[in-house]
Amino acid sequence: MITREPVYADVPTDLVSSIWRMTIVGMGEIGRAGYMTVQALIAIPLLLTNPRSRIVLVRQMYAVGIKSLPLITVVGMFTGMILALQVGLELRRYNQEVYIGPAVMLSLLREMGPFMSGIVLTACVGSSMAAQIGTMTVNDEIAALEMMSISPVRFLMAPRMAAMAIMTPLLSFYTCVLGVIGGGIIGLTQLNVPWQQYISMAMNIAEMRDLYVGLLKAMVFGIVVTSVSCYEGFTTTQGAVGVGRATRFSVVISILLILIFGYVITRLFYEL
Amino acid sequence: MIRFDHVTKRLGGRDVIRDLSFEIKKGEVFVIVGPSGTGKSVTLKHMVRLLTPTSGSVWIENDEISAMDGDALEHLRERFGYLFQSGALLGWMTVADNIALPLREKTNCSEKEIETRVAEALQMVGLEDEGDKFPSEISGGMQKRVGFARAIVRRPEIVLYDEPTSGLDPITSRTIDRLILKLNTDLGITSVVVTHDLQGALLIADRIAMLMDGHFVEVSDPKTFVASDEPEVRGFLDAQFISKQGLVTVHVER
Repeated sequence: MITREPVYADVPTDLVSSIWRMTIVGMGEIGRAGYMTVQALIAIPLLLTNPRSRIVLVRQMYAVGIKSLPLITVVGMFTGMILALQVGLELRRYNQEVYIGPAVMLSLLREMGPFMSGIVLTACVGSSMAAQIGTMTVNDEIAALEMMSISPVRFLMAPRMAAMAIMTPLLSFYTCVLGVIGGGIIGLTQLNVPWQQYISMAMNIAEMRDLYVGLLKAMVFGIVVTSVSCYEGFTTTQGAVGVGRATRFSVVISILLILIFGYVITRLFYEL
Repeated sequence: MIRFDHVTKRLGGRDVIRDLSFEIKKGEVFVIVGPSGTGKSVTLKHMVRLLTPTSGSVWIENDEISAMDGDALEHLRERFGYLFQSGALLGWMTVADNIALPLREKTNCSEKEIETRVAEALQMVGLEDEGDKFPSEISGGMQKRVGFARAIVRRPEIVLYDEPTSGLDPITSRTIDRLILKLNTDLGITSVVVTHDLQGALLIADRIAMLMDGHFVEVSDPKTFVASDEPEVRGFLDAQFISKQGLVTVHVER
């Protein structure tokens, strides 16, 4: 059961009790969101067994992936170009411009590819998820699903989570490819690094582990953005104001969690 | 069949319902009336655990629904149909798909059988030509009728109606009232109706309960209800031009 019932409590009288209240409420919300995420992840295999659910999944993948392509294309290309320009300017001081290939490749594969695709999906998809589910919540549509004994987590959240978990790594890889191309263009036109040399040095330095860890990060970001957005949507109260609040919170919390999870995964896979 | 045992619900610092105890019998049409904000919808939502009592308990036969969660609650809710005030239709699905949703998700019916049952339900509410439209393309009253069709398409044992006739024209309102009555007499469905529409209530109810300030001031059959001397009941009846003898004609001077 998704609890939509508002919880009323006495106003805290001092700072300590106020912090204590915030901690308790925060822990409760993290617990509920985590539980919901586990439920959605468990429901994903069931999606694949049902033809109607498969159609819903494909629609969600289209909404997440294909509709985000124009923005991802611009973001990926310019991220690579900016990286190449900034790094290239410094390397030129030491006549080492040829190393922009490895610098751009590693930055994109390890960090910027998953990070930028995560941010774009938070803005494009996560916010719309929170707004859509939030509106459904305040219009009693989520309650109606519960009354039909249809789990909103299975029916609404699981297909979105599966779509994000599949499409975010693909979009991250696409961002990396475009970023490398963008970096190459800057290298060729402004730093006089031949294309062949740029690509061969970039490919030599990159390891498969960089690609895998980057894709894993992207998948985790996709799951995190879906969890936060759906949770905010399901717990929306107070009509249009609440929907606006849920949308804002989903974006803010998703970006913060992308940063935190990005650090944690990097720390797990790369020793200092 | 449905039993409230000393239920109190506190929302926003006030008791919306207070120490409420009553029982609805199987096959009964139980109508809850009362002014706005007295806790009618809150009472209804407790019957399916969309709200949880602050104290007391709600029972569906031998199951305490107010203490249930997870699969047990989901299973128990399969016995219910619920018509929400707004209709609560899913906006991205057509009218027909909205009605078919509980059948597709929770039964093993074939597509052909689902189509037949959806067509029957649409015909019942007079919307046989609207199946391919989206909720945003039909009026609020029609949305409510689609919500009605969706609530009954699985032939539940108990149907809860939250303001089934509000916002509808008088003719459609009486059609809905007759449908509630027909479901009750033909299929023995237990119905709980929350409404402001006293004329409809008098038409369909086995018992009418008047909720004021979180508790019932009168629970009786329609005849006794109309003859009641409770000041709150009389005030409510007078406001809808119903005297102890029945509907009165009024002359309004302008």
